[in-house]
Amino acid sequence: MTEELLVAEARMLSESREDPRSPYFRGGTLGRRRFMLSSIAAGATVAASSRRATAAPPGSVQREVPTDPSKVLGAPLEDESYGLRSQFETEVRTRFKTSTPHSSWTFTPLEHGCGIITPSGLHFERSHAGTPTIDPRKHLLYVNGMVNQTKKYSIRELRRLPSISRIMLIECSGNGLTEWSKPTLKTVQGTHGLTSTSEWTGVPLSTILNDVGVRSAAKWVLAEGNDGAAMTRSIPIAKAMKDCMLAYGQNGEAIRPEQGYPLRLMVPGYEGNMHIKWLRRLELSDAPFMTREETSKYTDLLTSGKAVQFSFEMEAKSVITSPSGEMLLDGPGFYEITGIAWSGRGAIKQVDVTVDGGRNWKVALLQSPVLPICHTRFRLPWQWDGKEAILQSRCVDDTGYVQPTLGQLVAVRGLNGPLGSIYHLNAIQSWRLASDGRVSNVHYY
Amino acid sequence: MFTTTRRASVIASVLLSSAALSVDAALPAFRLGTVAQPSELAAFFSPLPDGRGLPAGSGSVAQGKAIYQQQCVACHGQNLEGGIGDRLIGGRGSLVNSDPAKAPVKTVESYWPYATTLFDYVKRTMPFTAPDSLTNDQVYAVAAYILSEAKIVPHDEVLDASKLAKVKMPNRDGFIPDRRPEKFPPASKTPQLRGAVAASGK
Repeated sequence: MTEELLVAEARMLSESREDPRSPYFRGGTLGRRRFMLSSIAAGATVAASSRRATAAPPGSVQREVPTDPSKVLGAPLEDESYGLRSQFETEVRTRFKTSTPHSSWTFTPLEHGCGIITPSGLHFERSHAGTPTIDPRKHLLYVNGMVNQTKKYSIRELRRLPSISRIMLIECSGNGLTEWSKPTLKTVQGTHGLTSTSEWTGVPLSTILNDVGVRSAAKWVLAEGNDGAAMTRSIPIAKAMKDCMLAYGQNGEAIRPEQGYPLRLMVPGYEGNMHIKWLRRLELSDAPFMTREETSKYTDLLTSGKAVQFSFEMEAKSVITSPSGEMLLDGPGFYEITGIAWSGRGAIKQVDVTVDGGRNWKVALLQSPVLPICHTRFRLPWQWDGKEAILQSRCVDDTGYVQPTLGQLVAVRGLNGPLGSIYHLNAIQSWRLASDGRVSNVHYY
Repeated sequence: MFTTTRRASVIASVLLSSAALSVDAALPAFRLGTVAQPSELAAFFSPLPDGRGLPAGSGSVAQGKAIYQQQCVACHGQNLEGGIGDRLIGGRGSLVNSDPAKAPVKTVESYWPYATTLFDYVKRTMPFTAPDSLTNDQVYAVAAYILSEAKIVPHDEVLDASKLAKVKMPNRDGFIPDRRPEKFPPASKTPQLRGAVAASGK
């Protein structure tokens, strides 16, 4: 699998390097000469011939670019439109190849990110049987099992109930799984791109559970999706009553199909797989159902042969998104180091940044709002002296938990195979900035 | 503009929680939703490890082998060794391992703690291109075949709800609860580059 991911990332990078609109473009003041030379050496023309550099990026249309936009009329306003992004913006979710496109995942291009919200169209995906097409007028949510009254709700009915909105992240607990034993993928999209933040709107799950009446014996809630995988996870009743949400809205509009349209269960701070998409049924029980996704997957195998089960919470984590792997800096001078930090247990309290591999740390500025269970943007102004540097960020959440180094994490979890325990890698990420301006993914601890 | 706003986050979380509370406290009887009849729920299933929720029906290893050859072999292989789909058998003894170069072999045989999960997963998701298309008898049969190839049930087994729930999987006791947050040893005071350094792009 790792091989396939590497191939897909290499393809993405080779296109991006020829694309002047990408942060991976090898055409900065240092890169241009190399780029020109290699193009000439290959007998190629400088006019980039890649698909990316010539076609309109997804979500945009190619328009003629006037010499002076202030001397001509622009595109007319349309009577009805959804909106497009600039033809000069190229970031896309990238599917890092898996054996089938129906059970697969795509990564958010964090290297482009600014602020804390992930555009809905760039929110990472993980699906097990493709994206179902669901007519919301026919979709029902059933609630059965250990309840006083078995009921069903239409989307129309759910949307009439008192709602809340919350800006919140979802992170796949497999985020970074290739990075346990050695630095593997090269970009921050590959190493960290399975986390995204949206504003989610919906009905507190407790509203529905109170409406059906939870019997005292009920301890777990099974959530079931309406896709070909009929995805199922068991959720403790205390969590379900505390802050879970039946979400129908994402970033001010209906949830995108690939994110669970028309209804998704939000399980704040818990691993992404539990946020069941296309939610069609809840069943209450006195015991967990031991579904495939909570036994054979999403369990963390230690070197002892024992596996940790029901490791729900996503622990505090941070990463520098710029400069990050495979970028090429334009030489010594001013740069803003920026990235995101988050915790499934609460709000980020502090982020420290080092440029010398952890010998000296500086407190980064946190951009408000700093919300619990949400991406938090951090920034640190920096003068690069042109010497080799190891860039790292380390966050602390409001429970006092400090993001560990990879060495600390591996000391506790061990390395049971190249992918370690697979899930819940939240260690400090290291980027090596070489004196020639190249940034690469390294392990440094 | 930069603001180091722990206070703002505290205020925000207070606002959030009080908003949620006031919604709950002020709820009128909204009389939405309708009673779901047992007939509507009949299509759903979700067995528990003790066998509650398993449907009626039964299937033999021999029947399962024939169904496997037809429906499963393309992805899971002639010898259940996997391919596009997961490997299904083997791997016992491979879970205790601290070699980062050697992957543990996690299969139904070596890793799955409950046989009811096998029934549930096959029924709801398989075959991959036609999920939930096997009858209950067929699913019991396929489960019997896989478990017999895994040397967990005998070759002449006929599985039904009660027998499936009694199957003791080899890794039944292989799981422990989550004890995070972990106590980490101190970070190294002399950090250094480790492992294979990913080559910079061309």
